[in-house]
Amino acid sequence: MRLEKRLHSSALALVLAPIGAVAFTLLVSALLVLWAGAPVGQTYALLLQGAYGSVFALSETLTRAIPLMLTGLAATVAFKARLFNIGAEGQLYVGALAAVAVGGMHGGGGLDLPPAVLFVLMMLTAALAGALLLLGPALMKTRMGVDEVVTTLLLNFIVLLLVSLMLDGPMKDPTAMGWPQSVALLGDLELSKLIAQTRVHTGLLWAVTLAVALWALMNYTVLGFDIRALGANPRAAAFAGVPITRTVVVVALLSGGLAGLAGAIEVAGRTSYLTLDMSPGYGYSGIVIAMLAALHPLAVVVASVFVAGMLVGADSMSRAVGVPTFIADVIVAASLISVLVATLLTQYRVRWK
Amino acid sequence: MTAPVLSLSNISKRFGSLVANDAISLDLKAGEILALLGENGAGKSTLVSILFGHYTADAGTITVFGKPLPAGDPKAALAAGIGMVHQHFTLADNLSVLDNVMMGSESLWQPLTRRAAARAKLTQVGQRFGLGVDPDALVGKLSVGERQRVEILKALYRGARILILDEPTAVLTPQESEALFAVLSQMVAQGLSVIFISHKLVEVLKVSNRVAVLRAGKLVAQAEAHGTTQAQLAQWMVGHAVSPPQRKASQHTGEAVCVLQNVSTAQARERLNDASLTLHSGEIVAIAGVSGNGQVALAEVLCGTRRTTGGRIELMGRPFPQVPSELVALGVARIPEDRLGVGLVGDLPVWENAVSERLRSGAFSRASWVRRSAAQAYAKAVITHFDVRGGGPNTAARSLSGGNMQKLVLGRSLMHPGSLVEPDNAAFTPKLIVAHQPTWGLDIGAVAYVQQQLIAARDAGAAVLLISDDLDEVLTLGDRVAVMHGGHLSQAKAALDWSRESIGLAMAGAEGSTHAA
Repeated sequence: MRLEKRLHSSALALVLAPIGAVAFTLLVSALLVLWAGAPVGQTYALLLQGAYGSVFALSETLTRAIPLMLTGLAATVAFKARLFNIGAEGQLYVGALAAVAVGGMHGGGGLDLPPAVLFVLMMLTAALAGALLLLGPALMKTRMGVDEVVTTLLLNFIVLLLVSLMLDGPMKDPTAMGWPQSVALLGDLELSKLIAQTRVHTGLLWAVTLAVALWALMNYTVLGFDIRALGANPRAAAFAGVPITRTVVVVALLSGGLAGLAGAIEVAGRTSYLTLDMSPGYGYSGIVIAMLAALHPLAVVVASVFVAGMLVGADSMSRAVGVPTFIADVIVAASLISVLVATLLTQYRVRWK
Repeated sequence: MTAPVLSLSNISKRFGSLVANDAISLDLKAGEILALLGENGAGKSTLVSILFGHYTADAGTITVFGKPLPAGDPKAALAAGIGMVHQHFTLADNLSVLDNVMMGSESLWQPLTRRAAARAKLTQVGQRFGLGVDPDALVGKLSVGERQRVEILKALYRGARILILDEPTAVLTPQESEALFAVLSQMVAQGLSVIFISHKLVEVLKVSNRVAVLRAGKLVAQAEAHGTTQAQLAQWMVGHAVSPPQRKASQHTGEAVCVLQNVSTAQARERLNDASLTLHSGEIVAIAGVSGNGQVALAEVLCGTRRTTGGRIELMGRPFPQVPSELVALGVARIPEDRLGVGLVGDLPVWENAVSERLRSGAFSRASWVRRSAAQAYAKAVITHFDVRGGGPNTAARSLSGGNMQKLVLGRSLMHPGSLVEPDNAAFTPKLIVAHQPTWGLDIGAVAYVQQQLIAARDAGAAVLLISDDLDEVLTLGDRVAVMHGGHLSQAKAALDWSRESIGLAMAGAEGSTHAA
């Protein structure tokens, strides 16, 4: 068996690929549901209902989608330039740390500034913290050829230990009865809710706006061309005059900044304080989302809502039919694999001989 | 005549709508050299890949020494006695000649290697065919000609009776080519058969017994080499009569445009070492040399993609800016060797590639936003003026054919966006053209087109630097010719003052010849 490059991707293949990917995902998940002894149709119905079936379900899904969108955008811009930032998780946490440092400490009242100014300062600091965390690996990559996958991945663990240190030390909330959690943000700094009596907050507008902005940047600016050219063919990019090192650094700052904002928005919009389990791997899920979205900033929004929906829907479904919530991870993973394979098959054909 | 050792019958292969091989039937006799001639894309490589089992034919059969050859199985091809020497060598630089030859020829289950026996066999094969190479030499230290001998030895060591050579002279000096031809005739004298793939008419007629010509996937002609003329072969290859490019000497040589003084670069795969050269407006200076002697470094330095470590370069009296976008702004047209690897970003559309090197100039961007309509208009103009076929502005550059890619690269570098508005303004003509292997891998029609464009640019006053591995091109186009060896440039002499012999000696780095007057 081997793959042969197609000269042209046929229109039929382009239509069939996503349909096939969805069908394969549904099939794999259905087999697992059957194995767990639950009715397949009902399980899927409950899953969808739990994800998108009511205002409350939808609000929970969107709440969960906000950090995913931001980390998804962080992965998108970096991967587009072939800067493999696996460290969005760490960047998210330093962003959250920075947000708390600016907006929660100093005697519980934050810095002595008007709330609007303090809010902007908090967001900028968080973005800067995430950006600077990725700057080191990016410079090591351009200067010394150090593999950024290793450095960004390992930084995640260092950052988690740093968070742990801060939560048990300078940022510890004295009123938390010994729980390792940080002091809360100043109430004025919290993001307002989009829908009353739900948890979905205005961070959603931020995330969608940033997705549109990133899309415009990638497609309509010189920097966007530089990023795409660098990712597609670094030698040709250098030949055309793209400043390689500068572009890698800018991409690192953008990517780290987006992930840092994810942390700050999560604190300001949902938790209001920082804990060690604030992110169930949003940084890593961002990579999955970016790949699902084929590195298209607007598709990241859709992919985030899909992944968040599966996670939220699985929670409520498992309470009803007794299929473990891990089915959500299976669905997300299977959809990623089948999308990647389907994309491959639009470009290559399989020869069995 | 004896029975054929190899017989292809009705081989067909299509890729999508492209018919790469169309019912090709061909016989190879024992003890003959068959030249397989054709332009790029005529189907030579496909045919050989089918023969060697890399592709499976859609139809047709192959018979080797009277037995059918199973399709799509390189191991079966090897076992049947077919050996292949690729244009790009498949040798491990860090291993010795003996290790390279033995690699893969011993069973994994065999407990000990049999080096002594292998060494004896290698020496014996080498002596038999006049292919002397030290078995213990490190391949990385060998010259290109010697490496090619190792490749041939490797095939013969594995018992090849039919040897396929893919463009074997592309990397050799004229003298090394002669040595290769001597080896080949010794091989066929001992009953082996050779398929010799080439697009160089002169050597095809010289070395082969018989010529088979492919055009657009079809076998259009077979003839005895003796009694066939170059013009006849060219006509078969292209399908119509071709006039060979005429030498047109420069009419007017003006002031110095670009001066290199003792320029050196850091050692990478190759380097510039104390190279000096002056390029005048209105002349073509051609650089000959065996590839790997610093041509890439020279081209990259003048394209702004490699830093110098010593010496001075001046461009129109000012220091040479080693930055691509500034060079382009000053009127340097750059044509890189590798169109798809360096010249174009294949995944991006034609229009973005058309403006990529001028994207930092005001013509196509305002406050760092890309002026899309201006860029699209420019791309369309390049497509029209330079006859880029096979796609519009929004097609991915990758899907263009090699010739059209080259036209796109040529067009964008020669055509200043200002000339769309003021076609006659001299400020918009290129001052310096750096063309590195501009006709490499193109068909005859595209070669002629590219060469005409370079001559026209020269006549319009540009200084042209042509770096080429093709000696014929160097001697036909160059007003002056310099030879590159070991990163050093010989003095540039008028093309007519070089003979093929003297240029070959200089290419090989013969003592004294590089500093000849």
